[in-house]
Amino acid sequence: MTKSILFVGVGGQGIILASKILTEGLIKFGYDVKMSEVHGMAQRGGSVTTQVRFGEKVYSPLIGVGEADVLVAFEKVEAARWISYLKEGGSLVVNDYEIYSMPVLIGQEQYPQNTLDELKSKVENLKIFSAAEVAQDLGNIKTQNIVLLGALIKALGLENLDWEGVIKDNLPEKMQEINIKAIKAGMNI
Amino acid sequence: MRKIMSGDEAIARGAYEAGCTVAAAYPGTPSTEILENMAQYKEIYSEWSPNEKVAVEVACGASIAGARSICAMKHVGLNVAADPMFTMAYEGVNGGLIIVTADDPGMHSSQNEQDNRYYAPHAKVAMIEPSDSQECKDFVKYAFEISEKFDTVVLFRITTRIAHSKSIVELKERCEVGVKEYKKDVKKYVMIPAHSRVKHYEVEERLARLQNYSNNCPLNRIEWGDKKIGIITSGISYQYAKEVFGDSASYLKIGMSYPLPDKMIQKFAKAVDKVYIIEENDPYLETYVKSLGIECIGKEFIPICGELNPDIIRRALLPTEEKKSYSVDVKVPSRPPVLCPGCPHRGLFFAMSKYKDIIATSDIGCYTLGMMPPLNIADTVICMGASISAGVGFKKASEKAGRDSKVFGIIGDSTFFHSGITGLIDAVYNKAPMVTVILDNRITGMTGHQENPGTGKTLMGEDAPIIDIESIVKAVGVKEENIRIVDPYKLEETQRAVDDAYKATEPFVIITKQPCALIKEVQKRRANMYCKINDEKCKKCKACLRIGCPAIAFKNGKIVIDRSMCNGCTLCQQVCKFDAIEKVGE
Repeated sequence: MTKSILFVGVGGQGIILASKILTEGLIKFGYDVKMSEVHGMAQRGGSVTTQVRFGEKVYSPLIGVGEADVLVAFEKVEAARWISYLKEGGSLVVNDYEIYSMPVLIGQEQYPQNTLDELKSKVENLKIFSAAEVAQDLGNIKTQNIVLLGALIKALGLENLDWEGVIKDNLPEKMQEINIKAIKAGMNI
Repeated sequence: MRKIMSGDEAIARGAYEAGCTVAAAYPGTPSTEILENMAQYKEIYSEWSPNEKVAVEVACGASIAGARSICAMKHVGLNVAADPMFTMAYEGVNGGLIIVTADDPGMHSSQNEQDNRYYAPHAKVAMIEPSDSQECKDFVKYAFEISEKFDTVVLFRITTRIAHSKSIVELKERCEVGVKEYKKDVKKYVMIPAHSRVKHYEVEERLARLQNYSNNCPLNRIEWGDKKIGIITSGISYQYAKEVFGDSASYLKIGMSYPLPDKMIQKFAKAVDKVYIIEENDPYLETYVKSLGIECIGKEFIPICGELNPDIIRRALLPTEEKKSYSVDVKVPSRPPVLCPGCPHRGLFFAMSKYKDIIATSDIGCYTLGMMPPLNIADTVICMGASISAGVGFKKASEKAGRDSKVFGIIGDSTFFHSGITGLIDAVYNKAPMVTVILDNRITGMTGHQENPGTGKTLMGEDAPIIDIESIVKAVGVKEENIRIVDPYKLEETQRAVDDAYKATEPFVIITKQPCALIKEVQKRRANMYCKINDEKCKKCKACLRIGCPAIAFKNGKIVIDRSMCNGCTLCQQVCKFDAIEKVGE
């Protein structure tokens, strides 16, 4: 059975690194994996997605509407933007974090205030927390992407695999300790 | 050894394993990572060329010298490079020659959605299309063999989802083929009309042989499943088709898409009840299949515009129930890409925004984003290098109409080297009193920081001469008194230059010099710098919001600057009339 994970957020939030570590881990644990990411203009502060699909044999790297088993939103209105991709009964992980887009910053559009309430009232399997606060408590706010990855791994039920080893294989030595803490903190939320 | 690789990485690996010796490219999404990855293989000479035409010509020369050679570009890059490709199709090769075209269905980072498969029949060269990363690697080897066996250029066509999707690849050792001997052969390599006339016959004859090969080669294969539906498909569309139909259909998977395997298609079509053509963008396969007199279903249900995905195919071709999902009652604001916090382009655009009547003919790069509110600096964007030349035309037409249009052509350093220099020559030679602004941020920015002729480094990490933009501008003939070099982080200085340019009656050039805020060394150097609001002094006039910096927001009745985003460029401080913004760190 193929599983589909959609990462959504804003260019520059570290989505690609989080999905890369997930992908490397899934391969290490014996899955066929396809991952698709967006480069170029969209990365400049725009809404970005990374898609990961894994299972015994995967064909399409893309996830359609109503097909994601897990949706991980690195920013909360991005959760609302992409919610239609989450399949009924799927899990939603939301970083309680706001990034205003330019139309909001210059007053052309409003940043909605009801996002979390709406998500809570509609989605059953839902985890909302501030990855930034967790990462800050660990000592490096920049690890919030790995905290979110930890929460995703828990949502997938894959927390018993050797993710510490995966981090060690894929990050430079000086970044390993803090990111191992981050991924574990994410799994324990 | 197995490794997860993007299609781009796998193409580089394939070239390495196939004994390729020379590789050249100009960066362009989604092709950029091919050469970025090529550079790790020291057996291959890899270069960033100033533009795609140069890259193809470098590869052509290397092939004639006897080396297996590859060049890569995004789809629109092949327009620039079409000239050498069309003639090289006549000359043929010595060492195998591959031209990679990376198309961008969905236009994730492109100005049009052209389908470059048509280039193969147009130029009369073989074409190959892989469907995943493993095939990217394997097909490069086939492509070199086909190129040498049939004495042809091979067009290697991928799309964004092949280039930037990752899947598992089995790695092998490099097969050293060396550089073949070069023998002078003017009838083959000097295309004067007398030689070309002979060559055209050879090209036609070669296509017939290639078609025979296409009918019998392992790149095209039939996968039998249920025979009620037979699907003809290629590239990423094959993966989507498999995802949707699984074993409930048979597949003719095309890997060599020019010349197409006519006999194989006929055999396949006869064996199935109904033929579906599943392909992205234009009806390239469909038109050919129909020309064989075969009835098929394709673009009447599957859209030409935009990127394909399994969902679209499912809805188009199968009776499907809507997948159950969620919806929320949230008014989601749009989130277009923007100039980064600390982007050096912002200062120039802000200075220009004082004049509401400037016509800005812009170009391809991060600075295209100057078009977004609140800066709104761009009237036109066409293609790489068009800023200056389109500005000349706009100015000339305006003069004829008796309009005093102030035309500013906006171009980045890498784009200037790519194809802006000729435009500037045109402006000087034909006396177009327009302004050219060259935004020199010391890097090729939008594609993710590649070296260029102005950066002093090559793709392979060697030191290189810095091609000096100011010297070029002077050499082209722009008068010294009509050149301004400014630091765009300094608003007053930048504004003065824009004011002078606005009044100019001769070709005028502003060069802004400040490195991209995302360059690693710049980030390190400015890591402790940021600006903050002094709440007591802030009158909430929101003047600072007019520079369009994503780090500055009006939240909960206060102006705030996000410290993690700010790099202390101080543009906001310079526009604040109440001294309410302070800079921290040096």
